[in-house]
Amino acid sequence: MTLTSLLIILTVISLAFYFIAKRTVLIARSNGQVFHSLPNYYGLWAGSLAFFPAVVVLILWSIIDIQLFQSWVRDFYPPEILAAGGSQAIVALAKVENIVAGIRFGEPEAWVLQAGDAWIGWAATSTMLKSAVVLGLATVCGLIAYRQIDSDFRARNGVEKLISYGLIAASTIAILTTIGIVLSVLFETIRFFQLVPPTDFIFGTEWNPQFEGAERAGSGGGEAKYGMLPMFAGTLLISSIAIIVAVPVGLASAVYLAEYASPKVRSTVKPLLEILAGVPTVVYGFFAALTVAPAIKGLGESLGLTVASESALAAGLVMGVMIIPFVSSLSDDVINAVPQSLRDAAYGLGSTKSETTRQVVLPAALPGIVAAVILAVSRAVGETMIVVMAAGLAANLSFNPLDAVTTVTSQIVTILVGDQEFESAKTLSAFALSTMLIILTLGLNFFALQIVKKYREQYD
Amino acid sequence: MENSNIKTTGNVFVENPRMTARNVDVYYGDKHAINDVTIDIGEQEVIAFIGPSGCGKSTFLRTLNRMNDTIDICRVEGTIALDGQDIYAPSVDVVPLRARVGMVFQKPNPFPKSIYDNIAYGPRIHGLTKSKSELDDIVESALEKAGLWNEVKDRLDQPGTGLSGGQQQRLCIARAIAVSPEVILMDEPCSALDPIATAKVEELIEELKSQYTIVIVTHSMQQAARVSDRTAYFHLGDLIEVGNTEQIFTNPSHQLTQDYITGRFG
Ligand SMILES: Nc1ncnc2c1ncn2[C@@H]1O[C@H](COP(=O)(O)OP(=O)(O)OP(=O)(O)O)[C@@H](O)[C@H]1O
Ligand SMILES: [Mg+2]
Repeated sequence: MTLTSLLIILTVISLAFYFIAKRTVLIARSNGQVFHSLPNYYGLWAGSLAFFPAVVVLILWSIIDIQLFQSWVRDFYPPEILAAGGSQAIVALAKVENIVAGIRFGEPEAWVLQAGDAWIGWAATSTMLKSAVVLGLATVCGLIAYRQIDSDFRARNGVEKLISYGLIAASTIAILTTIGIVLSVLFETIRFFQLVPPTDFIFGTEWNPQFEGAERAGSGGGEAKYGMLPMFAGTLLISSIAIIVAVPVGLASAVYLAEYASPKVRSTVKPLLEILAGVPTVVYGFFAALTVAPAIKGLGESLGLTVASESALAAGLVMGVMIIPFVSSLSDDVINAVPQSLRDAAYGLGSTKSETTRQVVLPAALPGIVAAVILAVSRAVGETMIVVMAAGLAANLSFNPLDAVTTVTSQIVTILVGDQEFESAKTLSAFALSTMLIILTLGLNFFALQIVKKYREQYD
Repeated sequence: MENSNIKTTGNVFVENPRMTARNVDVYYGDKHAINDVTIDIGEQEVIAFIGPSGCGKSTFLRTLNRMNDTIDICRVEGTIALDGQDIYAPSVDVVPLRARVGMVFQKPNPFPKSIYDNIAYGPRIHGLTKSKSELDDIVESALEKAGLWNEVKDRLDQPGTGLSGGQQQRLCIARAIAVSPEVILMDEPCSALDPIATAKVEELIEELKSQYTIVIVTHSMQQAARVSDRTAYFHLGDLIEVGNTEQIFTNPSHQLTQDYITGRFG
């Protein structure tokens, strides 16, 4: 039985329990029996109990059985492969899996065919058992739930519990995924630090992983350098420029939209601003590279400055425009959420509109505004495409906005584009950079939270 | 200037009026919310506006310090004067006007700032003080007058929103007093308060009467009877009757007033 048909049958069983339970209660009610909850809740209770435990078992089973087969199949490997281990074993496993999938390259070895047949056998047994267990479990749980139905049983409260478990499960998945990602990045970072000392990485002012291959081949030419400072300087420089553009403009337009604009203007301008957020970053990238950067270069040179043709300023300005909607749209929402009664109070004391906005509305909206800015900053720090296209890839340690610089994210891209050997320091350095980036954004968030706590003005 | 064809029963005029409203109409878009209202508000008196819900009490109250300007669709016709000066004249600046005619709202609405900053807000924006100590004095005397000083003097730096509902409303009154208004408008100031807090606010109104002119909108006829000198009864946008509070409650002249205060509707 395939997974799909198993799921369909399971759903049908659950629906059946739903309708039967509901119907039972309906009939009993029409005979004058009084129930704690509405019939629908009894149906939901029986249906959910039939469905969810069975689905959980189904998912776990499907994950575990493949793992088991992969370890059992090792018994078929010839001793020399087992002895060699590593990549040999991986190749062997791939060969067997091809057989299972029905793909044959040439004339496979006898042990591969045997292993494949065995695997197919296990899979068939497993599927049969799985179907029986899952469907049996659904029926048993459904019956138990059905037996619980009587006038005192509180199905409504039961369903409420189920819903809260469901919500907990969903947030657990989100949290576990995040933890998983962070851990895997951390492990690779530790491996990187076994190849390159952490102090060299953190305090190094030169970044030059390109020589890695040459160095190992012993052909000379240069030494690979893994100092992260140039990229972090670049990230900070470009993000700062972007924030300097986006926060005043975004906040001012939010204030205009929320406090000054007529409802009609607001309802047209706000969606227009939000379109800015929907433009793909690649478009911003070539806008920055082809329009803004040359313009800045021309302007700078006419003033007698030396400007790189790809400059931090160009990337930062365009990135700033890109994140304006993050600031303005969210700030507009929080400003709107400030109670009208506070504005009335300020007007009633004789404040002008801008005094009311500056001294009453904005302070009350501050936590939300800071949240909007943090979101925008994270967006700027994580932005890659514009930087790759407009700021260049030169890892200069520079705070001059007219220089070409590079950022952490764009270096990660350059490192990982194309074929890579996984063991090399060059590849692993991408993970180290990611770790540092995560630490940086976490730090920013923490810092911003402290600010919010300190200046928070609670209303109502 | 005195208009003889007034539909209102009773004495709309007083000897030395602080504010005068003549033939005032208010519209929300097409809706005619106040219909040809003429009334005087006397010096150092408490006047209560009563009437069934939706009759236009708040609307009329808000015309007295031009709070209606903040509502786009609202239009005011007729003349309203403060100390003989038309407050809707083009030359009048609403900002100082609202400092002279302060307002207290139905729901306590302290700023989410410290108690001190709540009171100091008005004096600061109007530049009433030259030094910190002067500001401290204003804050103290406003809280004193609002009968709140003893309760909050040790926690001036804590948020005003952390006070109880009744304390918050007295804070709002103190905030209005701090800019030394001549007239204080109160729109159902006790409707969100319990009886004890209400009694405190009423006591406060009694005390403030010696220095300020107070206009209070209320749904509680007992409250109107307790705190006000004169009472005005509104009905569907019309001002039906104005008179001394005692007379209105014991011997109303108009049938509608009588129906309302005897609880036949409202
Ligand atoms: N902002 C507004 N826009 C449109 N119509 C309004 C507005 N405010 C009030 N109105 C209308 O004007 C009329 C008078 O309203 P107002 O708020 O002055 O009544 P009220 O006497 O204060 O009532 P309540 O005792 O319930 O507070 C009502 O019919 C109301 O629907
Ligand atoms: Mg009202």
